Amino acid sequence: MSGPQPQHLAYHLRIRYTKSGKVRFVSHRDVARLFERACRKVKLPVAYSQGFSPRPKLSFGLALSVAHESDGEFLDVELSEQVELDGLVSKLTTALPDGLTVEALRWTRAGEESLQEAVSSCSWRIEVIGASHEDVVAAVDRAVTAPELPLDRIRKGKTRTDDVRPMIIELNVEGQTETGTQLVVELATRPSALRPSELVEALGLEGLREGRVRRTNQWTFVDGERCEPVAPVPSTERTLECVS
Amino acid sequence: MTTVWPQLEPLLPRVQKPARYIGSEDGAKAKFPDPALIGWCFIYPDTYEVGLPNQGLQILYEIINERPDARADRSYAPWGDLEELMRAEGLPLFSVEHHTPCAEFDVLAFNLSAELTYTNLLNCVDLARVPVRAADRSETDPLVIAGGHCTYNPEPLADFLDAVVLGDGEEVVGEITDVLARGRAENWDRATVLRRLADVESVYVPSLYVVSYDGPKIASIEPIDETVPRQVSKRTVADLADWPYPKEQLVPLTEVVHDRLSVEVFRGCTRGCRFCQAGMITRPVRERPADQVRTMVSEGLERSGYDEVSLTSLSTADFSNIEGVVTGLMDDNDDAGCGPMSVSLPSLRVDAFGVGIAAQLQRAKRSGLTFAPEAGTWRMRQIINKLIREEDLYGAVESAYSQGWKRVKLYFLIGLPSETDEDTLGIIELAKNCVAIGKKYNKRASVTVSVGGFVPKPFTPFQWFGQNTDIELQRKVNLLRDASRRLHGVQLKWHDPKATLAEGIASRGDRRVGPVIEQVWRNGGTFQEWSEHFDLQLWLDALADNGLSPEDIVFRHRTEEEPLPWDHLWAGLHKDFLWADWQDALAEVGLEDCRWIPCYDCGACTGYGIEHVVASATPPAGGSQGTGQDLSVGGAVPVSLMSSKPSPEANGDQAEQQVLA
Repeated sequence: MSGPQPQHLAYHLRIRYTKSGKVRFVSHRDVARLFERACRKVKLPVAYSQGFSPRPKLSFGLALSVAHESDGEFLDVELSEQVELDGLVSKLTTALPDGLTVEALRWTRAGEESLQEAVSSCSWRIEVIGASHEDVVAAVDRAVTAPELPLDRIRKGKTRTDDVRPMIIELNVEGQTETGTQLVVELATRPSALRPSELVEALGLEGLREGRVRRTNQWTFVDGERCEPVAPVPSTERTLECVS
Repeated sequence: MTTVWPQLEPLLPRVQKPARYIGSEDGAKAKFPDPALIGWCFIYPDTYEVGLPNQGLQILYEIINERPDARADRSYAPWGDLEELMRAEGLPLFSVEHHTPCAEFDVLAFNLSAELTYTNLLNCVDLARVPVRAADRSETDPLVIAGGHCTYNPEPLADFLDAVVLGDGEEVVGEITDVLARGRAENWDRATVLRRLADVESVYVPSLYVVSYDGPKIASIEPIDETVPRQVSKRTVADLADWPYPKEQLVPLTEVVHDRLSVEVFRGCTRGCRFCQAGMITRPVRERPADQVRTMVSEGLERSGYDEVSLTSLSTADFSNIEGVVTGLMDDNDDAGCGPMSVSLPSLRVDAFGVGIAAQLQRAKRSGLTFAPEAGTWRMRQIINKLIREEDLYGAVESAYSQGWKRVKLYFLIGLPSETDEDTLGIIELAKNCVAIGKKYNKRASVTVSVGGFVPKPFTPFQWFGQNTDIELQRKVNLLRDASRRLHGVQLKWHDPKATLAEGIASRGDRRVGPVIEQVWRNGGTFQEWSEHFDLQLWLDALADNGLSPEDIVFRHRTEEEPLPWDHLWAGLHKDFLWADWQDALAEVGLEDCRWIPCYDCGACTGYGIEHVVASATPPAGGSQGTGQDLSVGGAVPVSLMSSKPSPEANGDQAEQQVLA
């Protein structure tokens, strides 16, 4: 057995994967089912919940909307015993449909935060369509310089008005695409999250809507340094590899 | 070959459940769309979630794709939101593998498993930009054909189908491909292709027959000349061992209605329930060898990653040595190390034996248990030849409650021949007694009574019986509702009697129903099997506009002499056998299962020179229904096979998948 001896009986794998192409139309919940089946196909000894209807212990990070692609998605899998990690990245990828690619995985540290707790912001590439490039550039300027950006949002079935300006960490126009304008964006996920669709709405342009949307990174902080929950390189190391 | 993917892709973020339209399933063949190959597009005329699991379609899809000279894609009915966008943007119906326009295939082959999908078939053909009426199709249009249980009376669709396949399709699809390949090589015109298809055993070409009428009745059904067979008989695959399909069951990316591995353990049923069309038309019984079942299950689970397998058939507990088979499956799974697995038996019997097996099998998760006594009194059950005694039901229910199930579902039909209100109310009596048994084990024990209206189907002994009117069925529903209202623990659910009427029109009608179906479709009546879309008024208006009445088609009894709309087709059962069985029914005489008594020559075996293929000539343990077995033996069967804890609530989304018939 390679890898470190864990502090407790459960063995938690943190997996990084990408989602792109046709499979981006598969819902978050269905992706979870695909991973459950992939784990069984590669005979990973996944731990099951107790009780009458035992469920495999898989926990996902932030949900990705249907039709969005991603360079960095994460999930934690609890195993009932330790396994050899060599070759697991490619075995899992083979067991998944085209477009879902496992890139890296590592054991989590004892007491490490859950994905939901750890991630504080996400970077996105958002194509917006339905308005002229000039109008989008102007709208982005207005949004970036605005002291506040009130937006009506539905949360838990109720409409409420939030100032979403603090949730926009970065917002830049990269250039034009064939069909619209490419934005490069970083949006907070904590304490309150701003969704790409809400950002597009907050730009306040009639008819503006999402084209292709891609999550490029999910960010967390370890010892004051910004990094991703699993580095985007194959790694069986236990330590977090921070990207600069 | 072209693809509509570039035009479709931008539409998908705007529709519900876009994963329905992307294909990419594990097991999908996506064979290179070489125009030199004979191209089949198998279409299920309902949503992807309903259509994808269909095993018949998957079997034929694999068989065609294994041929070097042919290829097959699949398509499903798009939901209304996408259909609207497709029509607005000018996108045709497409296959999910290559997103090829369906009109570019040689054959559009529909699976017909439910009559209320007929208007969807027309909609799919129209969305494919193929004329809906066969007579309007040109030399370049694909052939529109259909198979499946509904095609035993294809007459309501005769105007729209170029050809129909009766019975098992495994061999016929290859033979049709041979004809098409030859036709292409020799440049046959469409008329010649249809003639040659009519030469293939079990292929029916409606346009080669002329029907004349005598008022509401059929006067005659005649082939247009002597080269056309007078009667088309169904195809029967003699040995399932030769057809271990699907070898690679499709594993979809999104959740579908039966999201599990399915392995067909046998085809056919000789229990002889007189209302059951499936049991009549699929005779004789052909079991898959037990070792093949075991291999298909273990390989299928390993390949798919599923944690559940359904052993499918019309009565799985009747499979020879079912206990040995399931024990073997559990052992194999323990050896494989893929985590817990459960086995579901979609159709068991109403006896303790079945429940014992179910409890043993559902280690990982437990679905709800459904028993189908079908009728409320012993008299009625003799008439329908479902020879379950009350003790059988109570034993089954007691076994279920004692092993931790809190809720069982009982399935009944109403509107059966000679049914009295006493028979109808017997349903509630049974339910009440079952709840009382349950209360011994759990204070909150309950019974869900699910009631469906009976549609007398072609090629059953009840085919001469006039269906109850929607008003009469509703009256019976009301009786049941009133009787169950104050009964604690009994919950009543029923199928809309209006939908039962529409099913009757589509399953009992002759060719004159064709324009009715077309009108319902043209007036927006798609997805009629979805209660939120079903609209009986569309059907009644279309009948009236075409000078037809529900009385003539559905409600009236038919006599022995009257030609039936499906008389030129043959399901393997002698008409005089069916008539004699109908007379026995009215005399309240049962008929035993012929696997374990001498042959009474229904025609299913003798007509084809085949026999039942069963691993054991001994009746299965614990059974009582027509096997002649001593009921007391049933209790000797171990019913407490499971060592795990008794159940809390049955698993929600899996509940009610299991019908113990």
